[in-house]
Amino acid sequence: MKRFFAILVAVVLVGAASAQTKEIRVLLANHPYGELLKNAIPEFEQATGIKVIVESLQESQLTTKLTTEFATGSSSVDVFMTRPLQEAKMFYKNGWYAALPGYDFSDFPKNSLSVVTFGTKTYVVPIVTEWQVLYYRKDLLQKAGVEVPKTLADLEATAKKINSPDVAGFASRGKGAAAVTQLSTYVYNYGGLYLDKGKAVFDSKPALDAIKYYGRILGNYGPQGATSMSWENIMPLFQAGKLAMWTDASVFYGQIIDPAKSQVPAANIGIANMPAGPKGSSPFIVVSWGMAIAKKTKNLELAGQFLTWATSKEFAKRALASNITMARNSAWEDKEVLKVVNPDLVSTRAFAAKNGYPLDRPYMSAVGEARDRIGELVIESINTKGGSTKLEPMAKDLVRKVNELLEDTGEYGVY
Amino acid sequence: MVRTGFVEKNLRILFPLPAIAFVMVMMIFPIAYTAFLSFTNWNLTSGQPLNLVGLRSYARVLREPRVLDAIGRTFLFTGGAVFVEAILGTTVALVLHREFFGKGLMKLLLLLPLVATPVAIGIVWNLFYDPTIGLANYALSILGIPKLAWVSDARTVIAALVVVDVWQWTPMISLIVLAGLAGLSSEPYEAARVDGATERQILWNITLPMVMPTILTAMILRTVDALKTFDIIFAMTGGGPGYSSETLNVLGFKYSFEYFKMGQASVILVFLFAIVLLCSILIMKVRDRTQV
Repeated sequence: MKRFFAILVAVVLVGAASAQTKEIRVLLANHPYGELLKNAIPEFEQATGIKVIVESLQESQLTTKLTTEFATGSSSVDVFMTRPLQEAKMFYKNGWYAALPGYDFSDFPKNSLSVVTFGTKTYVVPIVTEWQVLYYRKDLLQKAGVEVPKTLADLEATAKKINSPDVAGFASRGKGAAAVTQLSTYVYNYGGLYLDKGKAVFDSKPALDAIKYYGRILGNYGPQGATSMSWENIMPLFQAGKLAMWTDASVFYGQIIDPAKSQVPAANIGIANMPAGPKGSSPFIVVSWGMAIAKKTKNLELAGQFLTWATSKEFAKRALASNITMARNSAWEDKEVLKVVNPDLVSTRAFAAKNGYPLDRPYMSAVGEARDRIGELVIESINTKGGSTKLEPMAKDLVRKVNELLEDTGEYGVY
Repeated sequence: MVRTGFVEKNLRILFPLPAIAFVMVMMIFPIAYTAFLSFTNWNLTSGQPLNLVGLRSYARVLREPRVLDAIGRTFLFTGGAVFVEAILGTTVALVLHREFFGKGLMKLLLLLPLVATPVAIGIVWNLFYDPTIGLANYALSILGIPKLAWVSDARTVIAALVVVDVWQWTPMISLIVLAGLAGLSSEPYEAARVDGATERQILWNITLPMVMPTILTAMILRTVDALKTFDIIFAMTGGGPGYSSETLNVLGFKYSFEYFKMGQASVILVFLFAIVLLCSILIMKVRDRTQV
C-alpha cells in the first residue's frame, strides 16, 4: 500500500510539472541571423519562462525536414525559419503556414511583403533581405592599377588582368541550381528574365547572352572546379586570399571582414554595386529569410510570443549592427546602428532598393527542379567557357521542361 | 486448460508470429506502399491530393534522360567499385593468411575504414580532393603531374567516388575471404606438394578455386550495398557537378525531397529495387554453379 501511494504521488508530481513547463519547438537555419538568434534565446527563456527547443539545419535540409514533417502530419514544429522564394508557394498551397492576423507589418518594405501575401493574408514575417553585390580586394585592384569595375565588360577585363595561378581573378557560384540566384542579376542586366507572365523565357537572346558571359568569365578566370562551387566553397577561398573578386549576396559581408575567420585584413576588402550590363544595373533584392508559425501548432500563443520577440525592431537593430542585412525599415533608419554598419553596405542597399528586382530565381512551386534545369545551362556554359553551340537548343528544351512543371502545378501563364 | 491446448496445438504458427509481423510491417509494407505510390501522381508542389494515374508516372520517368543516365551510372559505379574491391580484398586476404610480424596490427588498421561514419568520410575525402587547397593536388604537384579537379569534374567524379568506396569497403571483402581461407582443408595442399606443385600453381589451381564461392558471396553483399550507395555520394557531391554523379538512389532522393514529386520518385525506387533483386539472383546463380 505504501508503495502504491509513493507511485501515485510521483505520477501526480510529474504530471503537474509537465503541465507547468511551457515549451515550444523552433527550427532555424544555419545562417548568420539563425546563429545570432540561437545565442540570444536564453534571454527570451528567462524573460518569459518558455522553454525553447532549437534545431539548426543547413538550408536545403531545413526545407526537407519541414516538408517531411508537415506532409506526414507528424510535426511538432511551432515556429520556423523559411525561405519565401523557395518555399512559400508550396507551403501556402499545402496549408502549412498559419496566417498572422495580429502582426504589425507597417515597418516592412511593401515589395518584401508581396511574395508572402496570398489573397489578403500575410503568412511570413520577412527577416533578412539580400541583394547582390561585388566583393573585391582593394589591394589587388590597386596593385594592378585598375578601378572598381562599373560594367560587366570592365569586370571581365579586370578579372583577366588579376588572374594568376595563385589568385583567381573572379568567382561566383557555378554549382548548377545554387548558381541560379547569383546568375539572375547578370540576366537582368542583359535585359532578360527567368519567367515572364507565368512562362519560362530564359531562352531569350538577352538571357542566353548573360549565361554565355557568366560561363566565359567563370570558365576563364574562375577557381578550379567552379561547377561544383556554391558560396560555402567560395567564401573560404576569399577568406584565404585566393580570390580577387566575387559576386554574391550581401549577407556574407560580415563573415568576410571578420578577423577571426578571414586572413585578409578588413581594410583590404571592398564592397560595390553589381557592374552594369547592356541594359543597365538591376541587382536582385529579395527577402531571403522569413519566419512563420506552423498551421498545426498546439502552442499558438507561445509561438506568437516567440515570433514577436525574434522579429522585433530591437532584435533587428542588434542583427544589423553585426552586418546582417535585416528587412525592417526602422533598423536602417536608426542613426546609432548605422554608425557601426559599413557605409558601402548601406549605399549598395540604397542602390538595390531603388533599381533592383524583387526575385532572384523562377518564382514557382516547383522551384527546386526549375533551378536544376537552369543550372544545366550554367554548367554547360562554364565548362565550355561560354562557347558552346549547344546552349541555344538546350535552353529551348529546358524552357519546355520548366513550362511543363508550371503546368503540373497549375501555374502556367498565371501571374 | 483449453487455452493451453490451443497454444500447444498452434505452436508452429504462434512462435514465428512476431517475426512475421516485423517483416510485414518493416519490410513488406514499405515496399508495397512504394509500389502503390508509383502508380499515383502525388506531387507536394501542386498542393493536390494524390490520384491513381496508372502507368503515367512510369512514362514520365522513362522519358527523362537523367533517369537512364542514372541507371547506367549506378552500374558503372557498382561494377567499378566491386571489381577493384574483389581483387584488392582477395590479395590482402592472401597476404594476411600468412604468418608475419605485426599481422594483428595490420588487421586492426584494416578495420578502421569499416567502422568510420560515411558522412564524416565524405567530408574528409572532400577536403583531400579540394582542387585548390586539397592534399591530393598538392601530392600531384610534388610529382610534377598537372592538377585534377577530382569530384569537381564530370569526367573524373565517378572514378574519384569509386576510390573512396574501395578505400572503405575493401577490408570487408578481405575479412570475409580471410574467414573462407581459414576454413579450407589442408589435404589438397598436402597432395599437391607431394606431387611437386609450385606455390603459384597451388594458388591458381587450389586456393582460388576453393575460396571462389566465398569471394562471390562477399561480392553479392558488396554489389547489393554498392547499388544503393547514398551517403558517400550525397555527402561528397550531392550528385554533381551537374548530374554527373547521380545514381538511382541519389536521383530518388532528389525527386522526393528536392522536387517533392513523390509518385515519380517511387517509380525510380521501384526500378532500383528491381535492379538490386535481379543482380542478387544473377550472382547467386553464378555462385551455385561454382560451388564445389
